[in-house]
Amino acid sequence: MNSLKLDENQLIENFEAKLAKNEMIEPKDWMPAQYRKHLIRQISQHAHSEIIGMQPEGNWITRAPSMRRKMVLLAKVQDEAGHGLYLYSAAESMGISREEMLEQLHTGEAKYSSIFNYPTLTWADMGAIGWLVDGAAIMNQVMLQRTSYGPYARAMVRICKEESFHQRQGYEIMNVLASGSPEQKEMAQDALNRWWWPSLMMFGPRDEESPNSAQAIKWKIKRETNDQLRQRFVNQTVSQVEKIGLVVPDKAIKWNEAKKGYDFGEINWDEFWTVVKGNGPCNKLRIANKIKSHDEGAWVREAANAHAEKNNKTKAA
Amino acid sequence: MNSQASLFQYILKIADNQLILGHRLSEQCSKGPFLEEDIACSNIALDLIGAANSLYIYAAAIEGENKTEDDLVFLRSERAFKNVLLVEQPNTDFAYIMCRQFLFDTYDYFFQQALQKSNDQTLAAIAAKTIKESTYHLRHSGNWIIRLGDGTPESNLRLKNAFTNLWCYVDELFEQDAAELDLVAQGIAVDTQSIKTQFTSHIAEIMQTAGMEIPSGIFMQSGGKKGVHTEHLGFLLAEMQSVHRSFPGVKW
Repeated sequence: MNSLKLDENQLIENFEAKLAKNEMIEPKDWMPAQYRKHLIRQISQHAHSEIIGMQPEGNWITRAPSMRRKMVLLAKVQDEAGHGLYLYSAAESMGISREEMLEQLHTGEAKYSSIFNYPTLTWADMGAIGWLVDGAAIMNQVMLQRTSYGPYARAMVRICKEESFHQRQGYEIMNVLASGSPEQKEMAQDALNRWWWPSLMMFGPRDEESPNSAQAIKWKIKRETNDQLRQRFVNQTVSQVEKIGLVVPDKAIKWNEAKKGYDFGEINWDEFWTVVKGNGPCNKLRIANKIKSHDEGAWVREAANAHAEKNNKTKAA
Repeated sequence: MNSQASLFQYILKIADNQLILGHRLSEQCSKGPFLEEDIACSNIALDLIGAANSLYIYAAAIEGENKTEDDLVFLRSERAFKNVLLVEQPNTDFAYIMCRQFLFDTYDYFFQQALQKSNDQTLAAIAAKTIKESTYHLRHSGNWIIRLGDGTPESNLRLKNAFTNLWCYVDELFEQDAAELDLVAQGIAVDTQSIKTQFTSHIAEIMQTAGMEIPSGIFMQSGGKKGVHTEHLGFLLAEMQSVHRSFPGVKW
């Protein structure tokens, strides 16, 4: 008993020494059960966010107003499916199967980014999502390129390259609309009004109310806090809004010379928790759609498996 | 019809097939039976829409009325679309999607191969690019026909239903009117009769491997190439063109 205990202590010491030297933790390395649990939760949530995130944008592929926009949007949603794929693989390297993760998504046990529980109502929402939602995601993901778990960090490097392209094309959509006809400009401002606050919510609760944050920073899973990332996003985005002649829907926005950043208004945390708890405008729809396509695909997956098994038997014989 | 006008119509027929099938497939994005297949179908949809785009740019230039590819896609009405009936058929289930894909991919593979030899340099160049994608599409849907045919009793039955109900659109793929035959004579258009044997033998080979029988005694439908469509196309266009038509004359 004693020696086992000592071994465990030694293992923790080695693990922490690796983190202290900024070395990556790899799938075959020993890791504390809580570290594994934390990462499985985080990576699978991240993967689910990519997959559920296909729906609000997929909603506009068939209505994109030009050939170029149609192709770019379809490619973007396809990229998101690809990101989901890398991330599911990264999570699988920690000992959970894709089926288990999907099951957790379908039953509501696993969460995904709440931003995707808002509806996409006009074409301008494709601009706002690319610009703001992907922009906020990049803040987080750039940090995660240096996260302590190797497969997750490497997935992030690939993902970040594509995300910054997504953000640029989203901003370009908004720019074209904002400098277009009065109706187009109104559409752009309306989309900004609806997506601004939910985008700020993407960084999660305030630091003092984020129970998992301290541990995640200690393990170098996260390198910056929710509030730090949110502040950086606001600082970057306000000037982008002004540049295309739109207005940030927050009267409290004001440059603060002392902190070299913008002060901004209070987020509606009641709304944040309402959506997190499953009562946002689209929570039920997103999951129902996901379950529907999964169930409708069951016979296809069964057929593919049955065919592969028959083939294997023929080869073996 | 003068020869520029018939060339314009010919390019539209090819482009409309690619666009409408790509659009149908893009409706499935995020709804695939599993993630890898979702990605594959979006990829094929993108290939098809991309090929259509190159063709519309060329068609607009040939028409010479200062129109853009977007004018041709978003401002033509149902009767002006010249795609075959097959490609506008709805995504009833995955067996229909793959059966529709398989019939078109097989036709398109041999069609693009032949079009590479067109006397029209632009069409030949677009076909040379498209054939690389068509080769992958053909393998992708052919493999699914084998999997679904051989897989389970349910998948076999669903695939059989799909073939039975989509087979009536096969002959239209090879129809050619007088104007098109004129382009064949000039070495511009593909003589579809010349690729029919290859089409039939590839279909027969894959279907045999899949344990499927070729449907017989089916009455053949046509009309798409003359702009007389099934009722499905109107809804597809209404959706596709809704934003563009709601804000006339603006940039996107």
